[in-house]
Amino acid sequence: MTTTPLAHRATAVAARATDLSKVYGEGETQVVALDRVTVDFRQAEFTAIMGPSGSGKSTLMHCVAGLDTFSSGSARIGDTELGSLKDKQLTQLRRDKIGFIFQAFNLLPTLTALENITLPMDIAGRKPDKQWLNTVIEMIGLSGRLSHRPAQLSGGQQQRVAVARALASQPEIIFGDEPTGNLDSRSGAEVLGFLRNSVRELGQTVVMVTHDPVAASYADRVIFLADGRIVNEMAHPTAERVLDQMKAFDAKGRTS
Amino acid sequence: MFRTALRNVLAHKARLLMTVLAVMLGVAFVSGTLVFTDTLGNAFRNQSAKGYDKVAVAVEGPHSNIGNAAPIGIPVTTLEKIQDLDGVAEATGRVSGFAGVADQKGKLIGAGWANRGGNHFPGQNGEDEAYDFARGAAPAKNGQVALDKATADKGDYRVGDTVRVATTGPVKEYALSGVFTTEDGAVNAGGSLVLFDTAEAQRLYAKPGVFHDINVSAKSGFSDEKLLASVKPLLPKDADAQTGAALADQEAKDIKQGMTNLNTMLLAFAAIALFVGVFLIANTFTMLVAQRTRELALLRAVGASRRQVKRSVVLEALLVGAIASVVGFVLGLGLAVGLRSAMSAFEVQIPAGPLVVSPLAVFAALAVGILITVLAAWLPARRAAKIAPVAAMSSVHAAATSKSLVVRNSIGGVLTLAGVVAVFAGAASGGGNGRMMIGAGAFLALLGVMVLIPLLSRPVIALARPLLNRLFGVAGKLAGQNAVRNPRRTGATASALAIGLTLVTGLTVIGVTVGQAIDKSTTSNVRADYLVTMASGDAVDSSAVTALEKAKGAVGVSPQQALMFKVEGDYTSASAVSAQDMEKVFNLKTVTGSLDTLADGGLAVAEKTAESNGWQAGDTVTVAFEKDGRATEKKKLTIGAVFEDNEMVSSYVLATDLVAPYYEKPDIREVWVKMDGGETAANEQALVDALGDNPAMNIMDKQDIRNMFGGLINTMLNIMYGLLGMALIIAILGVVNTLAMSVFERQQEIGMLRAIGLDRARVKRMIRLEAVVISLFGAVIGVALGTFLAWAIGETLRDSIPNYALVLPYGRIAIFLLLAGLVGVLAAMWPARSAARLNMLTAIKTE
Repeated sequence: MTTTPLAHRATAVAARATDLSKVYGEGETQVVALDRVTVDFRQAEFTAIMGPSGSGKSTLMHCVAGLDTFSSGSARIGDTELGSLKDKQLTQLRRDKIGFIFQAFNLLPTLTALENITLPMDIAGRKPDKQWLNTVIEMIGLSGRLSHRPAQLSGGQQQRVAVARALASQPEIIFGDEPTGNLDSRSGAEVLGFLRNSVRELGQTVVMVTHDPVAASYADRVIFLADGRIVNEMAHPTAERVLDQMKAFDAKGRTS
Repeated sequence: MFRTALRNVLAHKARLLMTVLAVMLGVAFVSGTLVFTDTLGNAFRNQSAKGYDKVAVAVEGPHSNIGNAAPIGIPVTTLEKIQDLDGVAEATGRVSGFAGVADQKGKLIGAGWANRGGNHFPGQNGEDEAYDFARGAAPAKNGQVALDKATADKGDYRVGDTVRVATTGPVKEYALSGVFTTEDGAVNAGGSLVLFDTAEAQRLYAKPGVFHDINVSAKSGFSDEKLLASVKPLLPKDADAQTGAALADQEAKDIKQGMTNLNTMLLAFAAIALFVGVFLIANTFTMLVAQRTRELALLRAVGASRRQVKRSVVLEALLVGAIASVVGFVLGLGLAVGLRSAMSAFEVQIPAGPLVVSPLAVFAALAVGILITVLAAWLPARRAAKIAPVAAMSSVHAAATSKSLVVRNSIGGVLTLAGVVAVFAGAASGGGNGRMMIGAGAFLALLGVMVLIPLLSRPVIALARPLLNRLFGVAGKLAGQNAVRNPRRTGATASALAIGLTLVTGLTVIGVTVGQAIDKSTTSNVRADYLVTMASGDAVDSSAVTALEKAKGAVGVSPQQALMFKVEGDYTSASAVSAQDMEKVFNLKTVTGSLDTLADGGLAVAEKTAESNGWQAGDTVTVAFEKDGRATEKKKLTIGAVFEDNEMVSSYVLATDLVAPYYEKPDIREVWVKMDGGETAANEQALVDALGDNPAMNIMDKQDIRNMFGGLINTMLNIMYGLLGMALIIAILGVVNTLAMSVFERQQEIGMLRAIGLDRARVKRMIRLEAVVISLFGAVIGVALGTFLAWAIGETLRDSIPNYALVLPYGRIAIFLLLAGLVGVLAAMWPARSAARLNMLTAIKTE
C-alpha cells in the first residue's frame, strides 16, 4: 500500500458512507442518530469528525468501522459493503482491514506492550512483518518499553502502544474514537503527531472522532456533524477556525 | 439498612442463586437425614410395639457366651411351669433359625439373611395368636409348612403345593398347609418366614423338647412387671426375661442402630456440601462487595458507619441463608421420602408410617444453613466496612484488591508444613497411632493447601501455558493469563474441586491398593476351585460336607470350622480344617515344620503370633476346648508348623478330627472344594447336584471368591463416587460464579478484543478454557494431595496386609481429571455465551 502512487491515492476512497441512517426506537420514542449521511474517507488522508454531543459523530464512525449496525443506506470499507456481512465476516474485516484506537482501555493488562501491539496479527494467526514492526516501534519511540505491562506505562505511553498496534497490522484504515480524550495536552499532542506522521510518511488512512478543536487541527480535513447530518466540511483546519465553527453551531443552537 | 440489604439481594438474584444452591444442597442433606431417621425410628418403634403388643413377658433362652453357637434353650418343662403360673394367659414356646424357600425355578426367595423359619405353637384354643391364616391352615404335622403371604406370592405357591425348603441341613420338600399374615418385624421388613409344626422346628433348630424363647401373655388385671417377677425364678441360669414393651424398645433401637451407617454417610455428604459451600459463599460475597465498592463508599460518604455497612452485608447473607435453608429443608423432605422408596427398591421394606418432622430437624437445618452463610460472609463484610468513603469518587469499579498475600501465604505455609510433617511422622510410626497422626496431619495439610492455593495457582497453571498457547492460539494464551489474574479468586474457585478430589483420590488409591493386595493373596493362597457357604451366613451343616465329599470329581474337600478355644489360658479364635485335604485347597507357606503334623493332632500357628509368643515348631502349648458352653479339661498340643500369615485362616489351625468331639454342631463357615479338572460347568453342576439343588447354599467359583474378599471395597468406593458427584456439582456452581464475575469485570477488555477482531467463537473458547484451567488446577491439587495421604495411610497398613504395594489407579485418576475438565466446560456455558454476546460499543464505553 505504501507503494501506491500519490496521484492514485489522492482519489481512491478507503471508506464510504452513502445515505447512511441509524434510527433507535420506534414511534414517538424514535431517535434519529444518523440522517442519510453521505461521506467519503479518502486514502492517505487524516479526517477528523466533529460535532456537539449527540450529533451522531461517534455513531457515524462506529457504523463505518463495522462496530455497529445501521438502519438503511450503505457503508463500505474499500469494496466491501458492510450491510450484508454477518457478525463473523464483520469480525474478520475488522481484524484484517481496520485498526482501532479507543479513548481508554486499548490494551490487555495481562499482555506486554509488544504482545499488545502484535495482538491483531496473533488473532489472525499471521506472522508480523518484522521490518515494518520495527519501523512502527521506532517511530512511536517505545523500543525500551516493549516488555512492560500496561500498568507500568503512563497514560500517554499506553496510548502510543495503542497507536502502534493499530499501525502494525498495516490496515486499510484506522479509526480513532477520541484517542486523546484521556490524555494531558502534551501526551495528546505526541499521539496526534504520530497519527499525522503515519498519514504523511506512511500513507496510512486515519479517521478520528474528537470534540477537541486542537486535535482536529492535526487533520487534513474536518467534517462537522449536527443532529445526525453533515453540516460543514473544512480542509486544512486550524484550531481557531475549528473553534469558530463550533461556536457558530453553539450560537445557532441557542437562537433556534 | 434492612431495605438496602433486601434490595441488594433482589438486585443480584442470579449471582446469589449459586450461593443459595450450595447452601440448599447442604441443608437438604442435613434435614433429609434427620427426617428420614426420625421417620424410620418412629415406624420401627410402632412396628415393634405392634409385634410385641400381646407379649407381657419375653423369655430368651441361655446362649453359649462364646462364638456364635446355637442357643442352648429352655426345656418344655419350664414352659409348662410358666403356663401354670397365676395370671398367665398363654405361654408360647418359640424356636427359630434359617429357612430358605425355593421359587418354582429353584432360586432362593429373598436375601439370605432375611430368610427365617419358626414354629407354629397352637395355644389352648388351638391357634397361634402371632399368625393370622389368610388361606389354608397351620402346619399340624411333620411334612407340612405354612408361608407368609408375600413369600407365597413371590414363589407363586398355593395351598397344597409342594415347597422345597432349605434349612441348615439338606433340602426337604413339604406340603404347603396355609398362608398367613403377621406383624412380625422381620417379615414386615421384607424377609420370608416358614412355619413348621413345633416338633419339626425343634428338630431343625434346637433339640426335641427345647425352645429358644418363650413369650408369655397376661390375663387381664395382671401387670407385665408382676408377671416378670413371678416368671424369673422358674428360669434356668443365664436365661433372660424382659417385659414385652422393653423388648419392643430394644428391637426398635437395634434396627435403628443398623441404619447408622446410612446416616453417617448422608451426614458426610451434607458436611462436604456445606464445607465447600463456605468457600463458594465467601467468594460470592467478596465479589459482590468488590463490585459494589463505589456504592458502599457512597453509603459511607453520606454518613453510614462502618458497622452499618458491615451489618448490611451480613444481613444480606442472613437473608440468602434463610431462603436457602427453607428451600433446602423442603428439598430435604423430598429426599427423605425418596430414600424410603429407594430402600424398598432394594427389597428392604420399611414399615409404613407418617413422615416425622421433629422440631430438632427443623431447627438444625435452618441453623446450619443460616450460620454457615453468615459465617462465610463475615470476612467479605469486614472488607466492605473498610472501604474508604473516597472510593466513591474514584473512577471505574476498583479492580479486585491485589493486596499482598504474604500473611496468608505464611499461615498457609506453616499449616501445610505442620500437616505434612505430621503425615510423614504418622507414616513412619505406623499402626493405629500413626493413622491418628496422619488424620490430624491430613486435616492440617488440607487446610494449609487451601490457604496456599492462590500462591500455588501461578506456578501450577504456568506449567499448562505452553500447551494452551500451542493448542488454542490466542484464546488459549489469554485464558491461561486470565486464570492467574486474580489468584485469590482462582484459588477459592478451585478449592471446591481440590477438597472433593483429595477425598476421592485418597480413598480410591487406598481402596484399589488394599483391594489388589487382598486379591493377590487370595489368588496366591487359594488352590481350591470352589467355595461353598450358606446364603444366610449360618454354619454349613455337616451333612453338606459329606455330600460334597461324594460329589463327582471332588478331589479335595476341606470344611473350615470357626471355633474359640483357650491357649495358655486366653480365649482365641481358631480354624479347624481337614488335615488330609487342607493342602489341596490352600497354599499355606510354612516357615518351619510341616502341615502334615495336623493329621497327628498337631497345632499350626501363624508366623506373627508365634513370634510374639516366642514359640517355635516343636514347642508344646496348653489348650482347652469348649463343650456345651463350658471350657473342658486342659490338654497339651505340639506346634507342628509355623506358617506365613494370611486372610484365609485364623492364626491357629487344627484338624477337624481333633476338635470334633467337643463341638456337637460345628460352626463350619465355609467349605473349600478342589475339583478334578478345575473350574468347569460340569463340575459346578456336580456340586449343585451333590447338595441336592439347595437354594440356600452359595457355590462360588474363583472369580466369586475374589469378589467376595474384594467386593466390600468396591461398594465402599462406589459410595465415595457419590461424594465426588456432589463435589463436582458444587464445583460447577463455584466456577460459574467466578466466571460470571470475571466476564463482568472484563467487559471493556472483551469489547476491545471483539473490536480488533476476536470472533465470538474464540471469545467463548477463551472463557471456556479459563474455566477448564481453573477446574483442572483444583483437580490436580486434589489428586496430588489425595495420593500423598493415601500413600501415608498405606504405609501404616503395610504390616497388617501381606503383599502390600501401593497401586496408583491411573485410569481412574485420568477419569477424575477428565470430569474436572468437564466441570469447567459445563460451568463456562452460560458466562461464555454472555461474554460472546456482549455489545462491543457499550462494553468499551462503560466506565
